[in-house]
Amino acid sequence: MTSIIRFQNVTKRFGALTVLDNFNFEVQQGEKVTLIGPSGSGKSTVLRILMTLEPFQEGKLELAGLSYHEPNGRGTFKASEKHLHKIRSNVGMVFQSFNLFPHMTVMRNIVEAPIAVLNMKRDEAETRATELLRMVGLLDKKDHYPSQLSGGQQQRVAIARALAMRPRVLLFDEPTSALDPQLVGEVLGVIRDLAREHDLTMLLVTHEMRFAREVSDRVCFFDKGRIVEQGEPEKFFTNPEQPRTREFLSSILNT
Amino acid sequence: MMYGYEWDTSSTLAFATSILPILGIGLLVTLQAAAVGYAIALVFGLVLALLRRSRIRAISWTVACFTEFVRDTPLLVQLFFLYYVLPDFGIVLPAFMTGALALGLQYSAYTSEVYRGGIDAIQRGQWEAATALNLSRFQTYRDIVIPQMIPRIVPSLGNYLVSMLKETPVLSVVTVLDMLGLANMIGERTFDYLVPLSMVGLIFLPMTLICSALIHLVERALPKSGIPLR
Repeated sequence: MTSIIRFQNVTKRFGALTVLDNFNFEVQQGEKVTLIGPSGSGKSTVLRILMTLEPFQEGKLELAGLSYHEPNGRGTFKASEKHLHKIRSNVGMVFQSFNLFPHMTVMRNIVEAPIAVLNMKRDEAETRATELLRMVGLLDKKDHYPSQLSGGQQQRVAIARALAMRPRVLLFDEPTSALDPQLVGEVLGVIRDLAREHDLTMLLVTHEMRFAREVSDRVCFFDKGRIVEQGEPEKFFTNPEQPRTREFLSSILNT
Repeated sequence: MMYGYEWDTSSTLAFATSILPILGIGLLVTLQAAAVGYAIALVFGLVLALLRRSRIRAISWTVACFTEFVRDTPLLVQLFFLYYVLPDFGIVLPAFMTGALALGLQYSAYTSEVYRGGIDAIQRGQWEAATALNLSRFQTYRDIVIPQMIPRIVPSLGNYLVSMLKETPVLSVVTVLDMLGLANMIGERTFDYLVPLSMVGLIFLPMTLICSALIHLVERALPKSGIPLR
């Protein structure tokens, strides 16, 4: 197995606040990893850095063999837009607030990037989008606008939209946190199906502990910009080693 | 006599109706100046707004200074500057073009602020989604930002159209024969300013009203969440 993601001593600061502190983290190809922890512990930042939405100050990061700092023979420098474009072609992201494009139909939301970025022909892109919409159970909504859909439906469209770019790594940033409780299940169902895809690497930030236990190969507990404890979900949830982990799990499971 | 039309000063009403065809010719010039000026303002304003967001400091600063300068100096001064100073640098434009250009430049400084507000109102999540889907900056503006921005900025852009239309008479000071310029000439020849100037005012009123009504129609026809893309 090879690492598809490799953080080496990455430090990320927002002004005086250190969000990731000398952070080391590796993910194998096809691995499903859940990141949990209190808010502000840096787990979402890990995803945002991978998606190139945030820069980081120190350390090295590689994704699918591509460094986030472009080598130029004399050390490294900040990656060019062209290089970032190459990195991003491997990654997709699903956001907490869906971020669908409100002025486009569901179909157009999905085919926009394949046509614009991958230069796919429209009918080819639509065939693929139809397949994806069937997979998330929303084919009948293809001509609707996002505002006509429920939160759960919007998030399923957002997942289909991310998949249309055929990413090797898919990042989920609290995909169910903005949803009404009765809509959480349908989104988790789609993610659960995806987790069966052998080659797709998934990083999931969530507060749904039962779900994390069910779908992930590994659970990582974040606190103050570091991974305090990680391991297989069975052991992690039944017999955590660190007192901080136990404290967090009992606080979240008792609410 | 002007443009082959005689005027009849026997009564006020006869005078007013007899100069109407002459003023009609001026009206055409007024409308043309407003149209050309507005087209410049719409396009150049967007260019200014986008350049102002440039990541290159030198560009964004230059544009910011230019916009502030144009916004905060009188249109009449800019107009005189373009008309009397540009020829010193070998740029000689016909009076009409100079006038339309001055209007367009001044209003592009205003519209650039409208565009800027429109762009700022696009939620951060939209930009992030565009990045996550690997759209280029150009594609993001073309497909995501501008279609969502247009319905929000149409009311403000429309207001500027109306106010620009009302400012076109300024062009008469650089010898453009618009409605006001012609009314002025009729006044000089007949020693009656009251009738021609009142006529100009009376013609402007329905024009601006129609303009506002049209903008309202456009506003109502646009979907609130953005222009759908096919």
